[in-house]
Amino acid sequence: MPDASQTERILTAAEAILEAQDLALARDPNVYLMGEGVCDPKGIFGTTSGLVEKYGPQRIVEMPVAENGLTGIAIGSALVGMRPIMIHQRVDFALLALEQIFNNAAKTHYVSSGKHRVPLVIRMIVGRGWGQGPAHSQSLEAIFSHIPGLKVVMPATPADCKGLLLGAIEDGNPVVFIEHRWIHYVKGTVPAGYTPLPLDGPRRIAEGDGATIVATSLMAIEARLAAEALAEAGVKCDVFDMRVLRPLRTEPIIESVRRTGGLVVIDSGWKTGGFGAEIVARIAESCLGDLRAPPVRLGLPDHPTPSTRALMEGFYPSSDAIAAAAGKLAGASAAQIDRAVSALRQQRAKVSIDQPNPAFAGPF
Amino acid sequence: MTPNPITESHARLEELVPLYSAMRRIRQIELEIAKRYAEQKMRCPVHLSIGQEAIAVGVCAALKRTDQAVSTHRCHAHYLAKGGDLNAMIAELYGKSTGCCGGRGGSMHLFDTGAGLLLSLPIVASSIPIGVGAAFGFARRGEPHVAVVFLGDASLEEGVWHESANFAARHKLPVIFVCENNLYSVYTHLDDRQPSRPLTKLAEAHGIRAQHVDGNDLSALLHVMSEMVDQARNSEGPSFLLADTYRWLEHCGPNYDNHIGYRTEDEFNAWRIRCPVERLRNKLEKSGLWNAAREDTLTARIQTEIDAAFRFAEDSPFPELRTAAEGVYA
Ligand SMILES: Cc1ncc(C[n+]2csc(CCOP(=O)(O)OP(=O)(O)O)c2C)c(N)n1
Ligand SMILES: [Mg+2]
Repeated sequence: MPDASQTERILTAAEAILEAQDLALARDPNVYLMGEGVCDPKGIFGTTSGLVEKYGPQRIVEMPVAENGLTGIAIGSALVGMRPIMIHQRVDFALLALEQIFNNAAKTHYVSSGKHRVPLVIRMIVGRGWGQGPAHSQSLEAIFSHIPGLKVVMPATPADCKGLLLGAIEDGNPVVFIEHRWIHYVKGTVPAGYTPLPLDGPRRIAEGDGATIVATSLMAIEARLAAEALAEAGVKCDVFDMRVLRPLRTEPIIESVRRTGGLVVIDSGWKTGGFGAEIVARIAESCLGDLRAPPVRLGLPDHPTPSTRALMEGFYPSSDAIAAAAGKLAGASAAQIDRAVSALRQQRAKVSIDQPNPAFAGPF
Repeated sequence: MTPNPITESHARLEELVPLYSAMRRIRQIELEIAKRYAEQKMRCPVHLSIGQEAIAVGVCAALKRTDQAVSTHRCHAHYLAKGGDLNAMIAELYGKSTGCCGGRGGSMHLFDTGAGLLLSLPIVASSIPIGVGAAFGFARRGEPHVAVVFLGDASLEEGVWHESANFAARHKLPVIFVCENNLYSVYTHLDDRQPSRPLTKLAEAHGIRAQHVDGNDLSALLHVMSEMVDQARNSEGPSFLLADTYRWLEHCGPNYDNHIGYRTEDEFNAWRIRCPVERLRNKLEKSGLWNAAREDTLTARIQTEIDAAFRFAEDSPFPELRTAAEGVYA
């Protein structure tokens, strides 16, 4: 564990997640971890490494491959005072547990008129690249965000991974905490100590009046790179990292769109019925008249994720596509857009399409 | 565990010679994939079956081509043993248009319906009900086929196993569940996931006949499986075959991983000497049915086939980008 006395500490997001869980376990004996592989040598991509040695197998619970049953068990334990953190190495594995998550975790507080609480955190990891294929790469935040009673968090930076995870563990509600696998490598400054953050919604990560760009998780990083390249070319945009998808807070985005008159939303999952569609709908409801042009939605096309890299070009929204869309909305010249887009393409050119862009790593 | 798994052979030894070749072929193909994986041309996760070949071959040898099997993330051996096309398999690992899924599935989605490998799925236990559904279809359509469900020890932890077993037993479906107990789910030992009790009881509790077999003994597997297939064809309902075995390489990938700490070198070595391929070879050699010269000929023949398959994969085109959105609907 890094030295807590340092003030400027650079951690990867994976390290930040590990630190958050460690702090929560140390602070509250009711917190426990449960997941397939939490005790194994790989420790969920390093995010649980060392915890079983420190807290023992009573609190770092190796889980049978039984996602639905164990989610119910976690909920039951939460009802009697425990604070479970359940971990799925892929969002796709959590699909087996939707019944428990949607019907019990999400509804028990409401149905009991507030007499029951389900303080449960479910970490789920989105896979991408190296031929993960159709059932190991789904980014299903839109589905979880559809359900009242759940909170849905999707961090992009190491500081948020730590702070929002601590906030989620403290929360008295079920929180679905979706981590993009490529976010785990991202580096950034992370405050030491027990530093929970409120689950309070979007943060502006770039500023400008050109257009408003709204994204989540890895797409927020793509959007930030796009905004930086556009700024180099002389066009400044607002970029919002959504962070918390439910409960959804859109005031800062509405304020921004009123000012910029242009909106680009980027989904990490499928565009159709995606989370960005909800943002566009909220903007339409509150400030349609301020839009100078139709909003632009980027997201995955309407087909499953193929394994072969030959079919991946253009599948995931990338910084250059975001820059092109935002630049156009911002009224940038063709030359300005071209400059930003080619700088971003160059950044990406050295790596294969199925591997993380090194520019993503930060530090941010 | 049942203390004395069935080991004795009833098959005539000569019949085992082609099955030995089939095991050797799978072993050699998997080793070639492991060897070439570092070239980074097969860009998908691979779960190799080295050490577990006898189950695939023994089970499939009791089946007809028209019988359909379903498999898991660890599907290479099942696909090959059932007669799946080697070129289409290697091309799939390369992400090529000539792969069995046209490159869309990768290593965990192998299928070859013509050869009787209906599909493979990467989500644990996901293919169990699919296999039962195939058996249900065969029964309702009055077709004489049998369905086989290959599953790992971890899939018995999923609810869908019990739901499927219950239905299969209630409707006396012609399905055989083949559970490969290699003791691990990724890096987690069976004992850390399940209480100690015979896995066969999980099937028996559903009213399904169960047998426990040494999964590295090809002749024992063939014998028990043949009985189960006869019963399924005679409308006597489902069976459960529990086969003990061991995965030699890491859960996913081409390397040995005994050093990372989840299992011991001693445990590995104890299983290594029970190698299903060497065991049968020794038996055949002792009976004069096999020798070094035949082994060399076989190795060379298989290598020629493998080289051709990799050449086929390398030479095949990638699917065209414009086809990416095709086929979402029938
Ligand atoms: C529902 C689900 N949960 C978790 C996983 C991750 N996973 C992939 S393979 C595997 C191990 C399965 O073990 P077993 O069934 O014994 O098969 P083996 O790998 O030993 O052949 C796990 C947990 C998954 N694919 N699907
Ligand atoms: Mg296993």
